[in-house]
Order: sequence, then structure tokens, then C-alpha cells
Amino acid sequence: MIYSLCLLLILIGLYGVVASRQTLKIVVSLLIMNHGVHLLLLLVGYRQGGNPPIVDPGATMTNFANGAVDPLPQALVLTAIVIGLGVLALMVALCVRLYERYGTFDVTEIRRLRG
Amino acid sequence: MSEPHKLRDRGTGMSMTVKTVTRWLKGPILLFGIYLVIYGHITPGGGFGGGVVIASAFILIMLATGERAGLSVFSKAAASRLDSVGLLIFLLLGWLGTWWAGGYFFENFIQTAETGHFTVLSGGIIPMGNLALGLKVASALFLVFTVLTAFHIAVESPTGQENTGAQQRENEK
Amino acid sequence: MSFDVQNLIPVFVALPLGMSLLIQLVARRLRPLAELLSIITMLMLALMSISAIGGQGIYHLGGWPTPVGIDMRLDGLATLLLMTVSIIGFGVSLYSVNYMRRFSAGSHFYSLFLLMVTGMNGVILAGDLFNLYVFLEVAAIASYALVAFGCAHEELEASFKYIVLGSLSSVLILTGVALVYGITGTLNLTHIATRIAESGMEAPMLLAFGLFICGFAFKSALVPFHAWLPDAHPSAPAPVSAMLSGVLVKAIGIYVLARLAFNVFGVGETELSLLRWLGLLSMVAGGLLAVGQKDIKRLFAYSSISQLGFMVLGLGLGTPLGIVGALYHLVNHAMFKSLLFLNAGAVEYATGTRNLRELGGLNRLLPVTGATSLVGSMSIAGIPPFNGFWSKLIIVLACVESGFYGFAVAAVLVSIVTLAYQLKVQRMAFFAGLPKTLVAVRREPPMMALAMILLALGCISLSFVLLSGLREPWLIAAAQQVLSSGVFGN
Repeated sequence: MIYSLCLLLILIGLYGVVASRQTLKIVVSLLIMNHGVHLLLLLVGYRQGGNPPIVDPGATMTNFANGAVDPLPQALVLTAIVIGLGVLALMVALCVRLYERYGTFDVTEIRRLRG
Repeated sequence: MSEPHKLRDRGTGMSMTVKTVTRWLKGPILLFGIYLVIYGHITPGGGFGGGVVIASAFILIMLATGERAGLSVFSKAAASRLDSVGLLIFLLLGWLGTWWAGGYFFENFIQTAETGHFTVLSGGIIPMGNLALGLKVASALFLVFTVLTAFHIAVESPTGQENTGAQQRENEK
Repeated sequence: MSFDVQNLIPVFVALPLGMSLLIQLVARRLRPLAELLSIITMLMLALMSISAIGGQGIYHLGGWPTPVGIDMRLDGLATLLLMTVSIIGFGVSLYSVNYMRRFSAGSHFYSLFLLMVTGMNGVILAGDLFNLYVFLEVAAIASYALVAFGCAHEELEASFKYIVLGSLSSVLILTGVALVYGITGTLNLTHIATRIAESGMEAPMLLAFGLFICGFAFKSALVPFHAWLPDAHPSAPAPVSAMLSGVLVKAIGIYVLARLAFNVFGVGETELSLLRWLGLLSMVAGGLLAVGQKDIKRLFAYSSISQLGFMVLGLGLGTPLGIVGALYHLVNHAMFKSLLFLNAGAVEYATGTRNLRELGGLNRLLPVTGATSLVGSMSIAGIPPFNGFWSKLIIVLACVESGFYGFAVAAVLVSIVTLAYQLKVQRMAFFAGLPKTLVAVRREPPMMALAMILLALGCISLSFVLLSGLREPWLIAAAQQVLSSGVFGN
């Protein structure tokens, strides 16, 4: 059920990428899509009523493995967030340079390449 | 040969209230970031999250006191150097793993049994990796913020004029 | 030998990464040092990958055993791709010594270049799905920055289009990774393969496979996912175009498609026919769109799409002959397409224009460029005895052998179309009379000429690979690797 909400987020981001007229809005929509996918990856590791995956000094391994949520997707999502940050930085830098070159943020006017 | 870098100084930053509060807060924020990095192998945090918090401390200083003062605290050249050095330390840690017997890259060559669990000094090379990563992420984020806001690189157009596209639109109106 | 090879595996990723950072640290202002470091790195990578022929191995990162740890795997297919990346990267790094003189931020170029090579090597050697994604992103980010390197109008626009479409495809791939992890509980490629071989492909796994196909079809520019390539490859500086079109599209596109489709998910008839139709569509669309182009590099970019279609068609046949043809065409295309892009770059360096209508008679003024581009054009058009002829012949024969006569006829027709537009380039740019406007033409500098001669020699030597002594160790081994569907690298 909650996975469909993640899918909704991805689709909203996709709509934003397709329908935006400004480069910065496209960037923000891509960011929303990234958030949706990260949420999906995170929720894959969820367990109903699970504990945070932190081992207390007094816990045994079997108790921990049976009670905690899966820590692997959390590590994966952390990496994916940092990757998304790198791409975001590059995109924003490109938008700034595009503005300096073309004088506009409007995607429909940045169309020198055709054919 | 290189484009001139004009430091676009929009006055000396924000108001007095912001500057005072920043002066109080920059220490605790930095400390919290360093705590996140150092305890990253025991509590949630680690290189990435702690590095972001450290970078935000420096960004706060730059936002509150203006570009020049912010850059005098942590200059662009220093950030660039620390950036590369951080990741090189991480690679070096991995490569050192190949020297130990049966060694693999990123092998944990410090045994945890000697130092015990759940303390700061446990976990082998992981805390050192966290430190290197924190250094890298902090300087990289600070560099990204600096370059995007404080440095306005004059763009040369192919025809040799100094007019950028933005100025051309202004001229047309 | 195999002991050496196993310890060599992480060096493929760590060496270019370390050198990239070292260049940033040390050679900021000293461009000759940056150039020297990157040429030495690529040479060492090339030698290492040649010494890895015939080696197989699994490298457990950190010493952790397989289900827990991160693996890097080397097998025949990976060796083939590693050799392609390193040898062509070596040629391109030689070329860029002269070509990148006019850009002021020179040492950043070499850093980004080595970062891209790191990402590609990481994708080739990855043993689990998430590391594949991470190194894919590293290579992709480096290539986005490299396409925009000169900061001219077209470069920025093309890079923006490329980055948006690339991010979309990365989102699709990450969703696929999430689904696969949710279903099988593991990310290790071998374990996923065993899990799928046991329990078959139910609906969620098919969805994940479909997402992977869409995402990696974006990366390998198959029609209808090709929209970024005709803008990104021409606008980039010439060495970047050569790397992108010659290697990147294959290392992170076709290679991963082959890995996932054949080794991990296991192909059935539907997947193979999907690959065949995608290949046919790319072949025909790319070839037809290339004929009408006026810009040399845009023509070569569409031609890349067409040749990628050949490769995917060969993969989609699923027979040993088809896969050998596809892999051979992959290596050939890497060699001659990067050569052609370097030639186009030399033409642009010398004359300042890429428009075919303004060029002509360059054979007299740029002899090395003219000769090597003749070799490259004849290779790609499939004229015997050059290497392109053999690989296309194998693909056509494989089509006929499997009974797909329609595909075979289409492949032959597209080859004729390829010949047509290559002849057009040769005639208009090199053989025609010298127009009045092209009087102030610079000859190509020595390093650029050396790089182009190296790649042309590579093309010629590749045409001898089909002799039975030479082809076994690397080409046939790679094809066998692809065909051993299910568990790989054991």
C-alpha cells in the first residue's frame, strides 16, 4: 500500500520533468523523483513493529536479527542520497551557466541543437 | 589566459542579530558535526551525515558574514586540497589492507577483540574511514556552495565580446 | 598467473581514482604533469588488462565472504571490456594533449577523464547490483561534466539534456534494484542468478527486468531512448566524444544489458525477441537519420546508434555465432568510432568548422587525418578485409542461421546505408576540391597524429583476430561467458 505512495511521488516528479518550462523546475522535479525512489528502497527493508538497527551492549544476535529492521537498505539509501547530491550540484551549476549563456531559464528557448 | 574571478561582495553579510547568534552557534554546530563523524560507527551518523553538518557550520559563517569573511575562515584552495586529501586517505586505508597477511582491499586490519566493542576505539579502520569521509564531504559541500554563489566567473562568448547572454537580453529591451 | 590476476582486480578501480585525486592535488597549475600522469595511468591500465586475458577470479573486498561482502568479478567478458576501455582511453589521452591546449582548465579535464575511467572499470568489474549502480553514477557524472567542458552554448544545452535523461534512467535503474532486493533479499549477482534459476521469473521480477531494460537502454542509446545522444556526442570536445561514443555507451550500456539479460536474469524467447526488435529499430532509425546530416560529428553520432543496433541484434539472437558477432562488433566499433571522432576533432581543430558543406579537399592538407579516416570509414562500412566486414558478416550469418531472414536482409540494407553516408563524408570532406574559404588550415599536431595512427593500426590488427589461434583467448572466452546463463564467475 505504502509502496504505491512512493510510486505516486515518482510519477509526480516525472510529470514535473515533462511539463516544466524552467530548468530549475526540472531540477527540483528530478529531486522529487529521487526522493520517491529512495523512499521505496528504504521501505523495502521495513519490518512491522521493528526496532532501529542499533545493537545495544546487552542484546544477543538472534534477538537483534529477529527484531530489527533491515539496515542494508538504509546504507544503500545513504549512498544514493549522496550520489543524488552530486548530480544536483552539477545540474544547478549547469543551470547557472545556461542562464549566463542564453539569458533565460526557459527550456523552450534553449534550443540551438536540432535535427 | 584564465578567466578573472570577481568576488561578488554584496555588502558585509546579514544583520547584527544574525551575526551575533552565528558567533555563538558556530562552535556547537561544528562540535556536533565532529561528534557525528567520530561516533559514526556506534551511533547513526558517520562520514556523510557528519560531514554535511560540518559543512553547514562553515556555510552559516559565510552566509552571515559575507563572502570575504567566510572565505577567510576556510578558503577555496584549502577546501579543494582537503577534498582530494580526504579521499586519498580513504584509498590509502584500503590499500594498507592489502599489506597484512591474506590481505584484501579495505580489510579491517585492526582487530576489534583487543579494544572491545561499543567504544570509540572499536571497529578497526572504520572510524578512520569515517574521519576521512567526513573531511571530504565537508570540504566538497562547502566548495560546491562557494563556487555556486560567491564566484562569478566572467564568461567569454565565442565572438570575443564580454557580453553574456543575460546582458544581451537587457540590451535588446 | 591467476594469483596475480586476482590481486590485480581492485587496482583497476583504485588506480585511476587515486591518480585523478592526485592530479587535483598536485598538478593544478602544472598541466604537463597532469597529462603525463594520465597517459601513464592509461598505459598501465592497458598493460594490466592485457595481462588479465584468460584469468578468472573473484575478489572479496575486505575479506568478507560472499553473501556478506562486496565482490568484484573478473571473467572473459569483463576482460574484453577492460581491454577496450584501457586501449582506447590510452589513445584518447594521447590525443587530448594537443587538443585540450585551448581550454584553460586543462588539469580538470584529466581528473574528470580518469574519474570516468574509474566508473567504467567499476561497472565492468562489479559483482553486485548496488556497486554497479554506484560506479555507473560515477562514470555518468564525470561524463555529464565532460560534455559541458568547454562551456560553449551547444555544450551546455547538450549536457543539460543529457543530465536530465541520464537522471531519469538512473531513477529507473534504482527502482529496479529496490525491487530485486525486495524480492530476493540479496544484491549479489550470483545469488540473484541462482535464486531466479530456482524459482523462475514471477511478475515482480519481470517488472524489475523491464525497468532494467528501460534504464540501460537509455544508457546505451537504443531507439526510442536515444534522444540525448545526437546532441551530447557532437557538442562535446573531440576526445570526450570519442570516449563517450566509443567506450562509455558500451561499457555501461551494452555490457550491463548483456550481463543482466544473460547471466543474471536468464533469457527466454520473449526477452531475446525484445532485444532483437530494439536492435532492428536502432539499426534502421540510426542509419536513415545519419544520411541527411550536415555536421560530421552528428552524422557519426547517429551512425553510433545504428551500430549499437547491430550489437543488440547480435545479442538478441542468443546463438553462439550471434554473440561472438555482437562482441566482435563491440570491440571493432569502439576502435573505429573513436578513430572517426578523433578525425572529426582534428578536422575541427584544423579548419574550425564541422559543416560538411564548408569542407573539402582535406586529404592534401591533413594527410594523417585523411588516411586514418579512410581506414575508419572503410572499417565501419564493412568493406573487406577490414574488421567491420567480418563482424557484420558474422551477425548476418547468425541471423540466417537462426532463421530470421528478415533481420538479415535489414542488416545488409543498413550496411549499404552505412557505406552511403561514410562515402558522403569521405567525398565531401576529404576528396573534393579545396574550397576558397579553407586557406588558413593548420596541420594536425604530432600527438594527435600519433593517437590516430595508433587507433588505425588497432583497426587493421583487429581484422586478423578471427584467425583461429588469436580469437580463442579473448573473444570466444567472452562469448562463452555470456552464454553460460545462470551462475557466473564460479
